[in-house]
Amino acid sequence: MTEKHLKEGYYFWSGDVAAAEGAIAAGCRFYAGYPITPSSEVAETMALRLPQVGGKFIEMEDEIGSIAAIIGASWTGERSMTATSGPGISLMNENIGLAVMTEVPLVIVNAMRGAPSTGLPTLIGQGDLMQAKYGSHGSYEIITLYPNNIQEAFDLMFDAFNLAERYRVPVMYLLDGLLAHMYEKVYVPPREEWEKKIIRRKRAREGQLPYQPDEDMVPPMPLIGEGYNIHATGLTHDERGYPDLTPQAQEELVRRLNEKILKHERDIWKVEEYLTEDADIIVVSFGGESRAVKAGVNLARKEGIKAGMLRLITIWPFPWEYITKYSADYIVAELNYGQMYHLVREYSDNDVYQLNKMGGEIHTPEDVLKRIREVSS
Amino acid sequence: MKAEVKFGGLGGQGIITMGFILANAAAIYDGKECVFTQDYSAEARGGASTSEVIIADEKIDYPHVSKADYLVVMSMSAYKDYVHKLKDDGVIIVDSDLVHLPDEKRKVYGIPATKIAEKLGNPIVANIVMLGFFAGVTGIIEPEALLKGIKDRVPKRFWELNERAFREGLEYAEKNL
Amino acid sequence: MSQMTDMRKTEEEWLRTERLPHVWCPGCGIGIVLNAFLRAVIRRNIPKEKMVVVSGIGCTGRTAGYVNVDSFHTTHGRAIPFAVGVKFARPDLNVVVFSGDGDLFAIGGNHFVNAARRNHDLLIIAVNNFTYGMTGGQHGPTTPTGAYTTTTPYGNPDRPFNIPHLAISLGAPYVARWTTYHVNQLQNSIYKALNMKGFRVIEIISQCPTVYGRRNSMRSPMSMMEYFQKNSVINNKASYEEMELTYKGKIVVGEFRNVGGIPSYEERYEEIIRRAQE
Repeated sequence: MTEKHLKEGYYFWSGDVAAAEGAIAAGCRFYAGYPITPSSEVAETMALRLPQVGGKFIEMEDEIGSIAAIIGASWTGERSMTATSGPGISLMNENIGLAVMTEVPLVIVNAMRGAPSTGLPTLIGQGDLMQAKYGSHGSYEIITLYPNNIQEAFDLMFDAFNLAERYRVPVMYLLDGLLAHMYEKVYVPPREEWEKKIIRRKRAREGQLPYQPDEDMVPPMPLIGEGYNIHATGLTHDERGYPDLTPQAQEELVRRLNEKILKHERDIWKVEEYLTEDADIIVVSFGGESRAVKAGVNLARKEGIKAGMLRLITIWPFPWEYITKYSADYIVAELNYGQMYHLVREYSDNDVYQLNKMGGEIHTPEDVLKRIREVSS
Repeated sequence: MKAEVKFGGLGGQGIITMGFILANAAAIYDGKECVFTQDYSAEARGGASTSEVIIADEKIDYPHVSKADYLVVMSMSAYKDYVHKLKDDGVIIVDSDLVHLPDEKRKVYGIPATKIAEKLGNPIVANIVMLGFFAGVTGIIEPEALLKGIKDRVPKRFWELNERAFREGLEYAEKNL
Repeated sequence: MSQMTDMRKTEEEWLRTERLPHVWCPGCGIGIVLNAFLRAVIRRNIPKEKMVVVSGIGCTGRTAGYVNVDSFHTTHGRAIPFAVGVKFARPDLNVVVFSGDGDLFAIGGNHFVNAARRNHDLLIIAVNNFTYGMTGGQHGPTTPTGAYTTTTPYGNPDRPFNIPHLAISLGAPYVARWTTYHVNQLQNSIYKALNMKGFRVIEIISQCPTVYGRRNSMRSPMSMMEYFQKNSVINNKASYEEMELTYKGKIVVGEFRNVGGIPSYEERYEEIIRRAQE
């Protein structure tokens, strides 16, 4: 038996396939999932490819079982992932809370489709941005990434797994109905090169308790089967992992769970600033929709309007400093009734306008141009 | 260079495969930037099938065909559904036995692709005949690159049949242009 | 030192003694099950670092908090899929799911059914006390028809699971039922199951005098134990109908299924990896 790894070269992949291949390249060796459009090709790719590299794939009975299984697998040290779409995320949310509370690195792909409910299964939506952070009960922070092209869908998986491991936190990896099924060219570098990008899980010092944080507020993670006698519980717990049902323990733990992310937000943030330096109007966008926005900004520039695009690659923690640093007006283009608009408004001193579509398709570049014209006049 | 191509026809004619082969070949074997999308919702509407390919030298932002340079159709219904997406100086490429356009003002190139495929022994390669014809008519992709793309998609035992289908289409274009 | 003291000392190594006293009520049966489990594990000489205990939520769900091995107190109903992840990722470990009837068969029922069907290599210790104890004695998926609980104040109109029948129908290779009165049989059953492969299910009928017994004229732990003692019938060859539990009726116990040689999911996946790398 020999492991079959990707060879260097160019591939023509959909977003689903690129995300799955990116995950495997980034060291993912455990996948549990349940099929759902438009994410099913992630599962299909994992089923085909994971055993080729000695990894494990399992199709579970539902999304609740899927996320429970990857939490269990992550405790053994495997980089673990699941993929789903909105309805599946809704089912996973309780255990996303467990992963946050017990500090388990995971990557969860959500290929967003038109919603609420069953909505538009094959078509793009961007209605799950708030759900990505606020889906489970309680006050917590997770990390959310969102590529906008297929090369990035591959590359960004390294960030997703590295951030999950670095901060012991679930990372929500957003795709959408457009990116999931859209094909583009992807360059895969030689294996030695990509393997250098993988950041391994921090190991505990001798005698360090399983929830005793280092100075960076992140406790190194002990692994199952190494004699730590780990105890993990979704109950509020002390540094040993034992339940401690007091307001003091709650205060200390929940503050740390939030601050271990927020204190490092500048290290986590990733954005694309396109023609923003001299811009009077900046269109904030992300994912599939940002493809239309960039084209629309180019049309506006041709007309002499100083427009730019700020593309959020990190959705959470929200890269607010990229809003406060500009003195431009903002348009928030998103395929929902207005979600990130409220965040931008919170941090902008200038006017913030909306460009919304409820989903199903992205705006056209002309739609974007029209809105830029309206705002600039 | 930038070309937007819209493919349309009925389920079973290999419309999506046609788009994928062109896009994959342009990206991998012709060194171009390329986006391929398929319309899933159309499949539910009684067998209509469509796919889109954008080929360019530069990175492509907007991934959908807004104004097609080429409309490749293998059914009348697909022509009716998508002709509004075609540029005023766009080109229409059809299976001439299946699509008749006496009133169309724009350039129409026809090939009896399904009939040729049947003569080759299998109507399933009609889309490959169309692709050969497309390469000959448009010149937007190196025929040898496209042939490599076909081999990527087709099982080895069908390579010979598919290559013949491709060359028939290509030669038909060269003879009739 | 006597054998008893030796066993006690060894058992203490397997317990997080610093967490005692435990949360269970006086007279609760879960401690008896835990004791039988630990003795079986110790007799099997399983190294501590090779044992993982996963629990869900509820009274029995607290077990994971007391065993001094890698142990996980997960979400309600999700102990089995969590354990599936651990076992599939690390097939060399002994993974035991230790949880209650409501957790495993109501909210977690779909996971039980599918994990059994796939024959994951897991030992399921299912403590059945006929009720949701931790939330105050509501009716659950195993409450006998006619029994009184806080949510069946006029008697339970619905029908309980026949757990051994369910497990056997799904192809589980080892299925047994005991009560907390049958401590030796229970310990031997766990001892035997620990050495087997596949999805092994042991149901233990346990007393909850605090919230179940007192509403069903078995107010003291002793009266519940007496009920188990007087009404239990050992019958390894019981029919599915005989395995059914009724209100204050007979409790048929025994080792209902014990078959070897059925490959577990984890073993079958080794073949998948081999094929993928051919």
